[in-house]
Amino acid sequence: MNRNIVISFGLHTLLVIITAMSLPFLSKKPIDLPPIVSVELIQITDKTNIPFAPKAKKIIEKVKEKEKKLVSEQAPPKKVKKEKPDAVPLPDKKIEKVKEMKDKKQNPEKIETEVKQVSEFEKKELFDTNSIAALIDKSKVESAETSTKLDKITQDQDKNIDFGGLSLSEEDALKAQIFGCWSIPLGLPYNENLLVRIKLQLKPDGSIIRSEILDHARMNKPGQGFYKVLAESALRAIKLCQPLRVPTKGYERWKELQLNFDAREMLEG
Amino acid sequence: MLLRYLLLLFVLLPFKVFALVEVDITRGNLSPLPVAVSPLAIDEYSKKNFKEVLEKEDLGSEISSIVENNLRQSGLFNPLNKNAFLQKPEIANLKPRFEDWNLINAQALITGKVTFVDEKLRVEFRLWDVLGGKEMMALAFTTVPSNWRRVGHIITDKVYERLTGEKGYFDTRIIYVSEKGPKTNRIKKLAIMDQDGFNNKYLTLGNELVLTPRFSPTNQMVTYLSYFRNLPRVYLLDIETGMQEVVGDFPGMTFAPRFSPDGKKIIMSFAENGNSDIYTMDLENRIVERITNHPSIDTSPSFSPDGKKITFNSDRSKYQQIYIMDSNGKNVKRISFGKGLYGTPVWSPRGDLIAFTKLHKGKFYIGVMRTDGTGERLLTENFYQEAPSWSPNGRVLIFYRETKTNSKGEGFSAKLWSIDLTGYNEKMVDTETDASDPSWSSLLSN
Repeated sequence: MNRNIVISFGLHTLLVIITAMSLPFLSKKPIDLPPIVSVELIQITDKTNIPFAPKAKKIIEKVKEKEKKLVSEQAPPKKVKKEKPDAVPLPDKKIEKVKEMKDKKQNPEKIETEVKQVSEFEKKELFDTNSIAALIDKSKVESAETSTKLDKITQDQDKNIDFGGLSLSEEDALKAQIFGCWSIPLGLPYNENLLVRIKLQLKPDGSIIRSEILDHARMNKPGQGFYKVLAESALRAIKLCQPLRVPTKGYERWKELQLNFDAREMLEG
Repeated sequence: MLLRYLLLLFVLLPFKVFALVEVDITRGNLSPLPVAVSPLAIDEYSKKNFKEVLEKEDLGSEISSIVENNLRQSGLFNPLNKNAFLQKPEIANLKPRFEDWNLINAQALITGKVTFVDEKLRVEFRLWDVLGGKEMMALAFTTVPSNWRRVGHIITDKVYERLTGEKGYFDTRIIYVSEKGPKTNRIKKLAIMDQDGFNNKYLTLGNELVLTPRFSPTNQMVTYLSYFRNLPRVYLLDIETGMQEVVGDFPGMTFAPRFSPDGKKIIMSFAENGNSDIYTMDLENRIVERITNHPSIDTSPSFSPDGKKITFNSDRSKYQQIYIMDSNGKNVKRISFGKGLYGTPVWSPRGDLIAFTKLHKGKFYIGVMRTDGTGERLLTENFYQEAPSWSPNGRVLIFYRETKTNSKGEGFSAKLWSIDLTGYNEKMVDTETDASDPSWSSLLSN
């Protein structure tokens, strides 16, 4: 009797074990997968600014000290000025002259470009028979100048001077050049405002003196992270393209230029 | 006086505005951005230690190769040939000579350094704007050395995000059904791998039929369907712990369980009394809720990322088409009206598009359309392909494609393919075996 119970118990146990083994949800062991290690990224931008070499550091410090000294030396006269409210103001003309002088000192590059332009025009006109004739007969000066300009200007340019813009062909040439340089970041959300306006100051050869993002404040606004990416791509395009394909003449018309980069059309497909 | 000034300003202002020439740039270059990925610098001490631990000669080069490969695969970047690099990695990492990188037409430069610190792997990496001559990003992190492949993926994600304006998808994994054997007797196992095909692991033994694994959008949980004694059973698998549990047995045909955006529910379709409808199940209390109640066949439901809408396919208009409805089953609206049959709609994680499979004139297409059904674009066409799954950033789709068998029944294969939204960057994803039903995980690190 007991023997039968033992056999029955043994067989039942065996049956339970076999069943348990065959049931997938019981037999499945935890899968051996490497754990996912969380990673915390930290900013190290501060560390990128590499310290200057010892010699250079000393020189820079000296220069900085000098600048500080200069500032402190210059400071007292301001106070003196304030203390003399009753001083007789200089005649306007003299002030203007002083301002001009200051401008010249502070902005030597500006003057250089201007001087260059003048000399270039002079060179061109030296070889112009009309202008030589005008030199002989002073009464012809005005008419000679206008006639030379009219000779050189095409109909398109003539129109542009009136409107102060670029002709269609000039605009197309510039557009075509920038189209090739602008790598549009494809991840931008196309249902957002994707217009970046950049104001450029150009040299006569089309190279860039200064570029300025007009909606700069938008870059740091929350939720506008994509705008920074877009603006940077536009700036890269300008830098890659320079010197820009600008007209050879009429510098005054396009020395300041605004490029409106709009990615929406491309991204919407 | 003030009035006079204002008047003068009013008169002069329009002239100033007109004087500035404005040019609209509405087109650009969609060719890949040239990027230089400099090998990560590594000192001799670290090199020696990493060689002992990981058996890698130069871990810096290995990691940079991962970054390079990821960027190339994305189709948005063109990593430049390393042989053309003029600057050594250890110097480039500190202060790149931008003229040198400009010479080889690089627009962006990635540099970095790996070091062995306290038995761990420390990485520093920087992204430089070559044309602007400035640093765009500098980050560092420390991890276990065995995580070195993920290091490459994390770097790529950060670079991708900084340069494209959207999150990356490289530090992710893909779960799929591995298939082996003749078409009539396939052994199907659940398998998982990194998005670049490395670190492949099998999760089931192959003694049961497994179908439609789907990742949770919030964590590393997977739901899948498996047949146990010819009954469909829905499982939950926690990839982090490796533990799995049965969600429930469901009657009749059960299809494609999928998570809700918050990961708290699963949505699926199953047939009750021969009628297939859509149901959700709360994973906490296991309460099943019926969403559709229509005599037609409603299948393949997928939530919108905000959880407010559901897209599904139904034959309620005679032919199988795509519909959307509110998450409570109200306001059902058909959105696909093109010729052919539409199925397997999947809402993009960005929320702007729905991916689908289309069958028309004996050919299968993978396409996308806006959530109102407009702007349908067919990205790829083939003999048989289906089951698109979105990358976590909603830019790339992964799906599987089967090839025709010959008259003897040979030559059949099923492989995973990926395609981006442009439709140009189509690539086969390498797998050890045949593969089907892929699903893309969320980012492992955010």
